[in-house]
Amino acid sequence: MKGKKNKILIQNGITYAMVILFWVVIQILSAAGHVSSLMKGLLVPLCIYAILAVSLNLTVGILGELSLGHAGFMCVGAFTGAFFTRCMEVSIPSVGVRFFLALAAGSAVAGVFGILIGIPVLRLKGDYLAIVTLAFGEIIKNLINVMFIGRDSRGFHFSIKDSLSLGLEEGGEVIVKGAQGITGTPRAATFTIGVLLLLLTLIIVLNLINSRTGRAIMAIRDNRIAAESIGINITKYKLMAFSISAALAGMAGVLYAHSLATLAATSANFGYNKSIMILVFVVLGGLGNIRGSVIAAIVLTALPELLRGLNDYRMLIYAIVLIVMMLFNSSPKAIEIRTVFMEKIRRKKSESAAKEA
Amino acid sequence: MSFLSYLISGISLGSIYAIIALGYTMVYGIARMLNFAHGDIIMVGGFAIFTVVSTLGMAPLLGIITAAAVCTLLGVTIEFVAYRPLRGASSLAVLITAIGVSYLLQNLALLIFGSNARQFTSVVTMPGLKLAGGRLSISGETIVTILVCIVIMMSLTAFINKTRIGQAMLAVSEDRGAAALMGINVNRTIAITFAIGSALAAIAGALLCSTYPSLTPYTGSMPGIKAFVAAVFGGIGSIPGALLGGIILGVVENLSKAYISSQLSDAIVFSLLIVILLVRPTGILGKKINEKV
Amino acid sequence: MAMLETKNLGISFGGLKAVDNFNMTIEKGELYGLIGPNGAGKTTVFNLLTGVYKPDLGTIHLDGRNITGKKTIEINQDGIARTFQNIRLFKELTVLDNVKAGLHNHHPYSTAEGIFRLPKYYKVEREMNDRAMELLKVFDLDGEWEYKASNLPYGKQRKLEIARALATDPKLLLLDEPAAGMNPNETAELMETIRFVREEFDMTILLIEHDMKLVSGICEKLTVLNFGQVLTQGETSEVLNDRRVITAYLGE
Repeated sequence: MKGKKNKILIQNGITYAMVILFWVVIQILSAAGHVSSLMKGLLVPLCIYAILAVSLNLTVGILGELSLGHAGFMCVGAFTGAFFTRCMEVSIPSVGVRFFLALAAGSAVAGVFGILIGIPVLRLKGDYLAIVTLAFGEIIKNLINVMFIGRDSRGFHFSIKDSLSLGLEEGGEVIVKGAQGITGTPRAATFTIGVLLLLLTLIIVLNLINSRTGRAIMAIRDNRIAAESIGINITKYKLMAFSISAALAGMAGVLYAHSLATLAATSANFGYNKSIMILVFVVLGGLGNIRGSVIAAIVLTALPELLRGLNDYRMLIYAIVLIVMMLFNSSPKAIEIRTVFMEKIRRKKSESAAKEA
Repeated sequence: MSFLSYLISGISLGSIYAIIALGYTMVYGIARMLNFAHGDIIMVGGFAIFTVVSTLGMAPLLGIITAAAVCTLLGVTIEFVAYRPLRGASSLAVLITAIGVSYLLQNLALLIFGSNARQFTSVVTMPGLKLAGGRLSISGETIVTILVCIVIMMSLTAFINKTRIGQAMLAVSEDRGAAALMGINVNRTIAITFAIGSALAAIAGALLCSTYPSLTPYTGSMPGIKAFVAAVFGGIGSIPGALLGGIILGVVENLSKAYISSQLSDAIVFSLLIVILLVRPTGILGKKINEKV
Repeated sequence: MAMLETKNLGISFGGLKAVDNFNMTIEKGELYGLIGPNGAGKTTVFNLLTGVYKPDLGTIHLDGRNITGKKTIEINQDGIARTFQNIRLFKELTVLDNVKAGLHNHHPYSTAEGIFRLPKYYKVEREMNDRAMELLKVFDLDGEWEYKASNLPYGKQRKLEIARALATDPKLLLLDEPAAGMNPNETAELMETIRFVREEFDMTILLIEHDMKLVSGICEKLTVLNFGQVLTQGETSEVLNDRRVITAYLGE
């Protein structure tokens, strides 16, 4: 019994240590002047993608439901966070405090969206769920693109036409400008904050998995009907996994919003292609393998940027690796071949062990 | 009059969705998988026609035939290489693979043809109609699209109900195991389904690019997703459902573009999907499938 | 008071009466068998009892309480646990975690307590581990607690399913073809285990089984189902000698 506990503790410890080591190495290299400006620009995105991949793995790997709308939750978080930061400029002058509160606000709102979307969506199964989450991501993106919010002495004004129809009085300010998004968010996101948030994400997800709730979620994934038969509330735990995943994506969004001068809901930022890219990280890192998600996100984001020549082939390589991985991991024949192979190795091992004895 | 013209072009767009949705609905009904790459097969068809007609300067009809052949071959190959080995695997694995195939096709096209939009020459030579003293004009593309859609629907229905292969498809979609026991070659039936679906995608590609004459490696992906929405909307697995869903989707999209907001039309279409699935999780004409305990 | 009592239970699928006018009474502590030819509606009865299907007609009482029309998870909390004809384990979880999942409702702590590793997490997890290992020991699975459930041999998977069902602390245990796919040795061992479970946990057990040796060996009473209707019921020895039962199984 003790053995198992320790094994999990060690495994999780390795994951945390890996992230911390990564941070230390970058700090040392950066102090020695060995970090190129290209790499510097990548540090915060690396953390953002790692958080996104880990949080999506909670939905796809642990809960076993395919979501293609993860970028939508990121988008909700990003705009909530940026909006909060811009609105509170006067009331909370400290950038750091504002950023911290924006992180909380962005995660909370994205989490609430996770629940709101999850209630109808999680009743659906498999492919339907995938297409509806994709639809949701596109809806969010489109809505934000036509949204105008301004503020003057009378309070907030809202329109879905243009900034003129907000009817702001003299001195009023347009905060959300439709397709132009939100500008003027302080760029408060640093690599260190990114790493801290990644560690927070890992603690939440890993501890969740190794708890009563995580067991219930994985039981539902492995066999819904059996889970129901032993009294596990399917809807409750599905929603919980889905909304925690959404909240963490929202947090990554806030981080993202604070690393840009202008935040706009373009397809490149929050389209379903982004969701699919995050999914690629999760699949390549291994479904349900949290450490794998972190490694895949970091390697796949950093590598093509560092090896510029590869950039044209980057998506092509992702695609091929995705297909090959799935065929290798999930095809019944491949599984059979692997099992037979492993059995042979095991037999050989025991034979040689017997010989030695 | 403008309402009527929006309505008619909506029906035409919906007809294209319906033809694409047929591919989704047949594959889903028979192979129980969402072929996410179906939309990209449309794009491949578009580029095949573009190459034959614009680059090589040959007749549009030859272009369409080439496209149908290329797409059929492609569909069957994809099924054989990527999907068949995963039969019996979880639907999550199959769907992720399909997404990989979709990416692969898009990025291959990107490498071969580049990301710049190509001007597509319409394959329709029929002149448009002017009605009501010139106040209502209907383009040749619109008329041809609607006619082609009707012809395809009718012939496909006849094919499924009257031919042995069609009956085999029905049997496999009802119960794969039982169909295999009755001596139906399930793998071949699924391959034929992919072939038909992909050939239809080529035709849809020709019509889509003729109506909206700009061709990029991403041309197929959004219409593909919307056509899947249409298939789900009408009830997946049902041929009349694909037609109904496609037309409703096309009309709603066009009318909301015209009267509400062109930026919000996609959002409206997708919201409609969510509402339908809430009220009728199996779509308008879909059957309920219970998991056996 | 009877542990389980069904009255006029009925359900149809698309006009076909899968189960019709089904009456059955099981007393506390009984080992009861539900038998009948393939397609007679036995598993449908289990699905009705556990709320997977809602009956069109009739009532179900568990230990005096009306559970008709309740949801599966409520019925489990009221005290019915089951196993499945085609094994339904949590394949990717360990043997231990399968049983701990069964303990879910009896050893609660909140999600936040789990995420932030508050003292209650450690306390309850320890209780769960102890209880789960006790259960695994009953089925001689304690040596394999660390295995992935899908890596267990078939016979042990069936046992693990029973252990998981017992973890929910039921009053009535439903076993759907527990001996399916087992060889005679394994079946004999299983019979011992079922008897043991009944004594040890003071359990009432209803089982579906085709293996007549098992049925006649351990069941005290039987209900025979044919075409969705009760053909006969009563003491095992009487029922098995009934001409109609033999006809139903072997045909005219």
